[in-house]
Amino acid sequence: MSNARSLRSVVALVAVAVLSLFLFGSAQAQDGEGEAFSGTLRFGGEPVEGVRISVVGANGEAVGEAVTGADGRWRIELPGPGTYRATIDTDTLPEGVTLRDPERQTLEVTVTAGRSRPLIFALGEPVSRGPNVGEKLAQAVLNGVKFGLIIAMCAIGLSLIFGLTGLINFAHGELVTLGAILAWYFNADTFGAPLILAGVLAVVVAGAAGGGVEFSLLRPLRARRLGMFQFMVVTIGLSLLARHVMLLFFGPDRERYIDYALQAEWTFGPFAVTPRDFTIMALSAVILIGVAVFLQRARTGKAIRAVADNPELAESSGIDVDRVVLVVWVAGAALAAVGGVFFGSVEAVDWLMGFRLLLLMFAAVVLGGLGTAYGAMVGGLLIGLVTEVSTVWASPEIKAVFALGVLVLALLVRPQGILGQRERIG
Amino acid sequence: MDFDIIFGNAARAGLGPQAAIFALAAIGLNLHFGYAGLLNFGQVGFMMLGAYGTAIVVATWGGSLWLGIPFGLGLCVAFALALGIPTLRLRSDYFAITTIAAAEILRLLIRSSPATDITGGPFGLQAIANSFFDLNFLPDGRFGWGTFSYSSNQLWVMIVAWILVVLCSALVLALIRSPWGRVVRAIREDEDAVLSLGKNTVAYKLQALVIGGVIGGLAGVIDALQQSGVGSENFEPQVTFFAWAALILGGLATTVGPVVGAVLFWFLREGVESFIRELSEQGWLPNALADFLDGAEGAISIVLMGIGLVALMALRPQGIFGRRRSLHLGT
Repeated sequence: MSNARSLRSVVALVAVAVLSLFLFGSAQAQDGEGEAFSGTLRFGGEPVEGVRISVVGANGEAVGEAVTGADGRWRIELPGPGTYRATIDTDTLPEGVTLRDPERQTLEVTVTAGRSRPLIFALGEPVSRGPNVGEKLAQAVLNGVKFGLIIAMCAIGLSLIFGLTGLINFAHGELVTLGAILAWYFNADTFGAPLILAGVLAVVVAGAAGGGVEFSLLRPLRARRLGMFQFMVVTIGLSLLARHVMLLFFGPDRERYIDYALQAEWTFGPFAVTPRDFTIMALSAVILIGVAVFLQRARTGKAIRAVADNPELAESSGIDVDRVVLVVWVAGAALAAVGGVFFGSVEAVDWLMGFRLLLLMFAAVVLGGLGTAYGAMVGGLLIGLVTEVSTVWASPEIKAVFALGVLVLALLVRPQGILGQRERIG
Repeated sequence: MDFDIIFGNAARAGLGPQAAIFALAAIGLNLHFGYAGLLNFGQVGFMMLGAYGTAIVVATWGGSLWLGIPFGLGLCVAFALALGIPTLRLRSDYFAITTIAAAEILRLLIRSSPATDITGGPFGLQAIANSFFDLNFLPDGRFGWGTFSYSSNQLWVMIVAWILVVLCSALVLALIRSPWGRVVRAIREDEDAVLSLGKNTVAYKLQALVIGGVIGGLAGVIDALQQSGVGSENFEPQVTFFAWAALILGGLATTVGPVVGAVLFWFLREGVESFIRELSEQGWLPNALADFLDGAEGAISIVLMGIGLVALMALRPQGIFGRRRSLHLGT
C-alpha cells in the first residue's frame, strides 16, 4: 500500500519532468562553426590596423595569431573548448596608441564548446586613477545591500522549511533558477512578455512547483517517518534532477532579460545605482517587510511561527500542520523565484545560478539562526554585505570564500545564530 | 543499436579507475556516516587535498611523487582536524552545512588567481605521475574485448586502485570490529549514553573523521595519478553527491556496500550515456529528438540519477545490501 503510494509520487514526478519537456521546447546551445576568439580594435572610434594578437593554450602551447585588418577586426580559431590566454602585441600598436589598462595586455578566457568569444582590448588614454577606497566602499556597501536583500528573500523559505519540518532542502537553489529561467522564457525567448508580467508568471509557476513537491512527494514520505538523512538524499536527488532538466532545455550559456538591460545610473553622492537596481532593492525591502508583517499579524503567519516553535504543541492546539507546511513551501518557493528573477535581472540567468547561491543561502540561514524567517533576513543581508565589501580589497573571484568563512566563524562563536535560540543546536 | 558496445562501455566504467576512486571516497563516507554518524557533505574537499597535495609537491616544488602522496594525505588530516574540532560538538545538520561550505571554500581558493603560482589556478597542474607509471610492469597495448578494454597504464592504475579498495575495506572492517569501532557505533546510536560511560565522544568522532577523510584523500591521489594531473573543475560539490549516491545505492554501514555501489553507479551511468549515444545515432528517431539527445547524454544520465535517488529513498531507503535497522540511527 505504502509502496504503491510512493510509486505514485515518483510517477507524478516523472510526469512533471516529461511535461515540462514539451511545455518549454528545446533551447539547447546550437553548435556554431567552432570555438574562436574575435574582436575589433578601435582607437578614438577609428579602427586600428596591423596589430598582432596571439593565443596560447593552457600549457603555454601556441594556438594561433592574427593581425587586425583595415576594419580593425581580428579572429583566431581555437582547437576546442578550454581556457586560453590571448595577448596583444603592444609593439605593433601605432605611434601614440596605448592600452587603456596596461595590466590587461593578456586576457585569460574560458571558451565553451561551439562558442565564439568576443575579446576586448581597450585602447586609449589610461583612465584617471579610478575611484578611491571610500567611493569603492560606498559602492560595495550598496551592492552588498542589493545582493543581501535578494539572498534574504531566497533564504526565507529554506529557513522556514527547516524550522517546520527539520529538512535541509538542497533543492532550494533550483527554485531560484526555475524562477529566473521561466521568466527568461516568458520574456526573452518564447513570448516576449514584459519582464514584470513574465516575472509574475514565473513566480506563480515556481510557487506551484514548490507546493507540488511538498504535496505529492514529501508529505507522503513524511507520513512514512523517513529519517532526516533520507530526506536530505531526496532533496539532493530532486536538485540533481531539476538542475539538469533545466540544463537540457536552457543550455549551458548565460542569458539576459530583454527589459532594463542597459540603463543610465542615478548618482546620490558616492552611490551610483541604476533605476532597475534601485527598484529591485525597494521591491525586495517591501516584500521582506510584507513577510514580516504577515508572520506577525496574519492567522496563518502566527500558525507558521507556532509550528516552527513546537510542531507537536501546535498540532494539539488545533493547527493543521500539513496545511501550514504546504503554505510555507508555496510561499518559500515563490519568494525564491522572485529572488531568482531579481538576480537574473541584476546579473544574468544561467542554469547553475541557484546552486551557486545555495551555499550563500546556507551561510545566511545558519548565520541568522536556522529555522527562523527573521534570521534568514538578517543573515542574508550580512552575507551580501560581507561578500561585496570584501571585493574592495580582495579579488572578486574569491568573494564567496569570505561569506563561507563568516559562516565557519559564526559557528565557532555563536552556533545558534544571531537570532536563534540556544536549545536549537542540541 | 549495438548492445555489445553499450555493455562493453558500461562494464569498462564499472570496473575502471573512476569506479575505484568513488569506491574509496564512499568507503570513507561509510566510516563517517554509516558507522560514526557524521554527515560529511564535503568529502570532495578531502579528495581535492589528496590530489592537489600530491600534484603541488611534484609539479610546483619539483619533489618526488613518493613525498607528494604522504603530503597530500597529511593535508587531509589537517583539514579533518580544522573542520572537526570546531564543528563536531554541533548537531549533525550544522556539520553537514559546514563541510559542504568548507570544501567549496577550498576549491574557490585553489582556482583563484592569487593561488595560480602554487596550484595552477584555473589551469590546474599536469605531468605529475611519471614515476608512478615508470613502475608499470604490464606490456604495452590494449587489454580486453571490444569497447571493454583498457590501455596498459589504465590497467596499472586499476590494479593499484582496487588493491587499495580491498585494503581500505579490510581496514574499516577491522576498525569497526575492534573496541574502538564499538565505541564509535555506540556514539552513533546514543551519544549521551557513551558520554556517561566516561568516553570522550568528540575525540572518537574526530578520529573517525580523520581516517575516513584520509581514505577520501587516497581517492583523490588515485584520481591525480590516473589523469596525471589535477584541475579544480573535477572537484565540484556534485562529486560528493555522486559518492553519496554510490554509497546509498550499495547500502550504508555494510562492508561491501560502498564498493558494489560505486561499481553499479558507474556501470549504470556509463550504460545510460552509451545507450543514449547509440540511440541518437540510429536513423529511426525523429530528427528533433535525435538532435535533442545528441550531446545531452551526460545531463540525461544525471537526471535519471536524481529520479533514481528519490525512488530509492521512497522504495528501499536502506540500499541494496543495507539493513533497515540501521536507518533511523545517527541522525
